[in-house]
Amino acid sequence: MSDEEIKVFIDGVVRYFERVTGEPAEVDPPYLKGEDSVTLDFTGVIGISGRHRGAVYFTSCAEQLTELLQRFGETVIGFSDHEDLVGEVANTIAGNARQYFGSEFLISVPMVLIGQPDWISFPRHLKNFVIPITWRTYRSYLIICLERATAERDAVALPS
Amino acid sequence: MGVRTVLETSGRLLIVDDSSTIRRSIERHIFSDRVTKIYQAANGREAMELFERYRPEFVTMDLTMPEMDGLTCISKMMALKPDTRLMVISALGDAETAIEAVERGANEYVVKPFSAEDLNVALANLIAEA
Repeated sequence: MSDEEIKVFIDGVVRYFERVTGEPAEVDPPYLKGEDSVTLDFTGVIGISGRHRGAVYFTSCAEQLTELLQRFGETVIGFSDHEDLVGEVANTIAGNARQYFGSEFLISVPMVLIGQPDWISFPRHLKNFVIPITWRTYRSYLIICLERATAERDAVALPS
Repeated sequence: MGVRTVLETSGRLLIVDDSSTIRRSIERHIFSDRVTKIYQAANGREAMELFERYRPEFVTMDLTMPEMDGLTCISKMMALKPDTRLMVISALGDAETAIEAVERGANEYVVKPFSAEDLNVALANLIAEA
């Protein structure tokens, strides 16, 4: 992924928190994911297909999701609301990226993971970029694993 | 524009989104007394069932949903009831998708994430212009 492509997602994170809460989130410099775990209480996963392949993950603690839900006007908040919102945040940030990547950047409906299940695996053949997010006192992460689809890679590699 | 009575322009609203948080958020922003009844659907299949049963005048439509996507829903709804006032509320931010939604019959297109003010204005436009 290029710096420009990573910036698309950073901008998406900043826009999300600014629009929904009126308070900006701070984004630390992205880094390549190592062996350390970055998944928190709830993780929303969006599969990417089309001209790109991979996934976008948004992972957050329950407390941050509770506060975001309150900004949406929720007063009675339960476990299922946390699941719903973490998927919606991932969906929104991935969907917004089509403004840059175009309509062939196909996004799946969200899949939600709870806690840190052993079977979460990030694609080993891809560079997994971690974007740390701080909103108020809460930490969350956006994780981007993307590659161009094979035909697209070949087209790019061909001499003009 | 001709004069219309409140009765003629009052109507049912169908909110379609796979996120329950978003559905409730949209419902909380309906202030117009023109909306007399609100229905909610979590996917395209449920949306079509409710649409065929209640024939709502207004629809808010997500695009990325399980079972049946929003663009397909728009085409089906417009084929059944072309005068439906329909607003897309979607994360898909590319111009091609917005144009396709409008070509299929959408009247408004709002890109998530939305602020409360964005949503108030868009919903008021959708309902006021009926």
